[in-house]
Amino acid sequence: MSSVITDDLAEIKEEVAADAAADRTTKKKLGVFFWVCASFIVIVALLATFASLLPLPNPNLGNYSSVQNGGPSWSHLLGTDDLYRDILSRLIYGARVSLVVGFGGALIGLVLGGVPAMISAYRRGRVDTVLNTTSYVFLAFPAIVAVIAIVSFWGHTLWKITLIIGIFAAPLIFRVVRASTLSYATRDFVLAAKALGASDTRILTREILPNIMPTVVSFGLIAVATIIVLEGSLAFLGLSVQPPTPSWGNMLNEGSSLLTGAKGQTNPWLVIFPATAMFLLLFCLNVVADKLRAYFDVTEIKL
Amino acid sequence: MARYIAKRLVLLIIIIIFVSIATFFLVHLLPGNPATTILGPNSTPQNVATVNKQLGLNKPLWQQYFIWIGHVFQGNLGQSFTTHQTTTSIIAQSFPIDLELIIFSQIIAFAIAFPMAMAAAKRPNRLFDQASNSTTFAMLALPPFVIAPVLVLIFAVHLHVFPGPASYVPITQDFWSNIHTMLLPSIVLALGSIVVYFRLLRNDLISTLQEDFITMARSKGLTDRRIMWRHALRPSSISLLASAGVTIGSLIAGTFIVELLLQMPGLGYQLISSVNQDDYTVVQGITLFVAVAIVLINFIFDFLFTIVDPRIARE
Amino acid sequence: MSGRRLLEVEDLNVTFATSRGDLRAVQGVSLTLDQGKTLGIVGESGSGKTVLSRAIMGLLPRASTTQTGSVRYDGTEILNAPNADLRKLWSTHIAMVFQDPMTSLNPVQRIGHQITEPLRIHLDVSKSEAKETALSLLMQVGIPSPVERYDAYPGQLSGGMRQRVMIAIALACAPRLLMADEPTTGLDVTVQAQILDLLGQLQHDRDMAMILVTHDLGVVATRTDEIIVMYAGNVVERAPTNVLFKSMAMPYTEALLESMPRIANPSHTRLTAIEGRPPDLLHPPTGCPFAPRCPYAQDKCRSEKPPLLEATPGHSYACWFPLTAGDRRPDPEPSQTVTA
Repeated sequence: MSSVITDDLAEIKEEVAADAAADRTTKKKLGVFFWVCASFIVIVALLATFASLLPLPNPNLGNYSSVQNGGPSWSHLLGTDDLYRDILSRLIYGARVSLVVGFGGALIGLVLGGVPAMISAYRRGRVDTVLNTTSYVFLAFPAIVAVIAIVSFWGHTLWKITLIIGIFAAPLIFRVVRASTLSYATRDFVLAAKALGASDTRILTREILPNIMPTVVSFGLIAVATIIVLEGSLAFLGLSVQPPTPSWGNMLNEGSSLLTGAKGQTNPWLVIFPATAMFLLLFCLNVVADKLRAYFDVTEIKL
Repeated sequence: MARYIAKRLVLLIIIIIFVSIATFFLVHLLPGNPATTILGPNSTPQNVATVNKQLGLNKPLWQQYFIWIGHVFQGNLGQSFTTHQTTTSIIAQSFPIDLELIIFSQIIAFAIAFPMAMAAAKRPNRLFDQASNSTTFAMLALPPFVIAPVLVLIFAVHLHVFPGPASYVPITQDFWSNIHTMLLPSIVLALGSIVVYFRLLRNDLISTLQEDFITMARSKGLTDRRIMWRHALRPSSISLLASAGVTIGSLIAGTFIVELLLQMPGLGYQLISSVNQDDYTVVQGITLFVAVAIVLINFIFDFLFTIVDPRIARE
Repeated sequence: MSGRRLLEVEDLNVTFATSRGDLRAVQGVSLTLDQGKTLGIVGESGSGKTVLSRAIMGLLPRASTTQTGSVRYDGTEILNAPNADLRKLWSTHIAMVFQDPMTSLNPVQRIGHQITEPLRIHLDVSKSEAKETALSLLMQVGIPSPVERYDAYPGQLSGGMRQRVMIAIALACAPRLLMADEPTTGLDVTVQAQILDLLGQLQHDRDMAMILVTHDLGVVATRTDEIIVMYAGNVVERAPTNVLFKSMAMPYTEALLESMPRIANPSHTRLTAIEGRPPDLLHPPTGCPFAPRCPYAQDKCRSEKPPLLEATPGHSYACWFPLTAGDRRPDPEPSQTVTA
């Protein structure tokens, strides 16, 4: 009888949807674009890690026999800045900051936000209610303002910035992981595992974790991108890792202060190259996260 | 409806108390004594003690908090150590700039994102939709601190279409040159908002347009335009409003960046200069002000929800 | 006035283009409807009845469907007519009551606005006149305290009330043809009867023609003049209501009748559902589409599709071995593989 009640137009809509789904399963590939972007991120990471092994001039010391604010040339592929430093070398060393803060901060956020979220969503009860409300309250607090205030009083070292941003990423990750865990915590296979006497730890790590992994990974990458933007903004405001240590954000800051003639010179390359590097890194992170999300069929995460 | 608003109000008060505590302890719990910061290199134990006494820093922390919050309620956010200006007057001077930037940029963003989203949703997956979709996807990777210097380079330095930095003119002084200087930073801020608004609205519109009540509206003999504006738009604006909280945060970050870049004396510019001068009362005051403002804006948007979609308050 | 031919559908085909091939949702359907009369379209889900009713109205998306044949309203061809022309017909000539009152009303607009909207747009009446009409419509469809309901949102009304509102909207511009697509699905049994009686009465008062689309033969038994039974996009039986119930020919119609809840049965009696599922419209079977589920199917049924033929005046069916044929068919033969 139940089959009789449903509307047949709805059924056709379903057919068409099933169709599209069938299309997706047959074409379930990450695609070339995904691999190009993923490789870019890996290459940037490798370059940043092994920067000291590369034949690059010291990023923090200018060579005064070079041209000041020079454009791209054979001796300096991407030109030099106002302090005669090699822009390429500074870009490669500067990637360290973005990547460490980005991935490190996301990792801290996952540990501080994700782990409690899983337990909270699995156990439910009062603790869950309290943690959930707390995450709402925390999210209402504007991260950028708080991070500016904390960093300015506490200090600008790399690990401090990573830790602070990671802490502020935690409530958001908490929400995503909690929602995702909730959708699995009451599924049959979890109940079955419980009935078989599996311990909570085992259920969380063996039954739930593998299922929420796709969400965690694709959202984690979005979090990495978001954190890199936050660090870049801080650096642009002069509040991240202090010069002469290069970061893409403080390079952009220097480049724009040159542009705007504060020092009576201009060097468009010092804007163009870090901006391009930042754009490419963020774009690739977004593409990888987006393709993974589509691949694992994770519904779009709304922030 | 009344119960819903009451519930939100209670949450609002809790959040504001939390924000005030956080702002206060931010400064006081962190390593480093404000007194040593104020005195700088020539601090001796004696004058540190004097300053501590002057500022009431020798009292227990919770007492200090209540003293501080008492002052806040009287509109007293303390005084700058460097310029001796009150924080309140600094905020009063600089906040209008942020407000103007935000309003201006949001007008631009809405004027572009809404028609764009409607045009895209009207024919999903067709040329315009795909083009605008991929463009905005790419623009997700262009935060203000990346795009702002590039736009300044192109439009101010090379093409001289817009004035460069430090050319801010108050709106009270000269309306048109004010608008002229505001245009470039507003466009920078608008770009970020356009991306968010377009993507959210387009997705929601596409799913709303498949709803039964849209077929029903068609069967009433309404024009497509009327269906789009009167029937589809409002139920589709929910995620847009819901995103306001996140949007406003990144918008604030954006205003700080353009203010610093173009040397416009807004809140962000003041905040960063105070940070650089270790002027902790001003930092504290501006932080509290901005945080509370964002919380209040979120609250207002929550309230707007219930007007746009009566379903929310009932659920 | 009664008796005038209002709607004439000839050889209507609706095909949805999907990436796995063409889905023929409606195949060669013809029907007629006179003013003041009621036509019932009956079939299971997936039989194409909703698609047919929307195709007649011109509401199907043009981009993904191909519609051929002819639909004439009052002598004018309206199939594939430009939207602008259709808009002039919708509400004022043809109106539709949709299936699901929960999703078919705009959740963010007040009831009053949703009723006055077509009035204001099509009939050029003033705001206050429109409100007056809307209030009287709310009264006519039996909504208590219409003045308060006028300002309510759909979410504040029960399902039955919402369906009444939908009827009020459909009737606002006094259409001559009302399409009611499963107007009572999802409503309480008592409410179902109320809504159907209301529709019947309003139809009578206004001398409207009505197409009643339903899965429930019981609904159409007492409320229609003619019935069309659809299966897998095809009309499989068509007859005046009294004729159909007196001498139904198609086993599918019989199966539908048997799947109907009866008052005589105590509630919660298990219903005889029709075995099996309707055929995949992307790959329809070669023979009679109902053959795989038909208890009387024979080899011929599986190899050759029976045409829709008029057996007695007004009564057509598509069946090789109709129930009415004197010889009650033999028990199904042991089936042999039939090469197509």
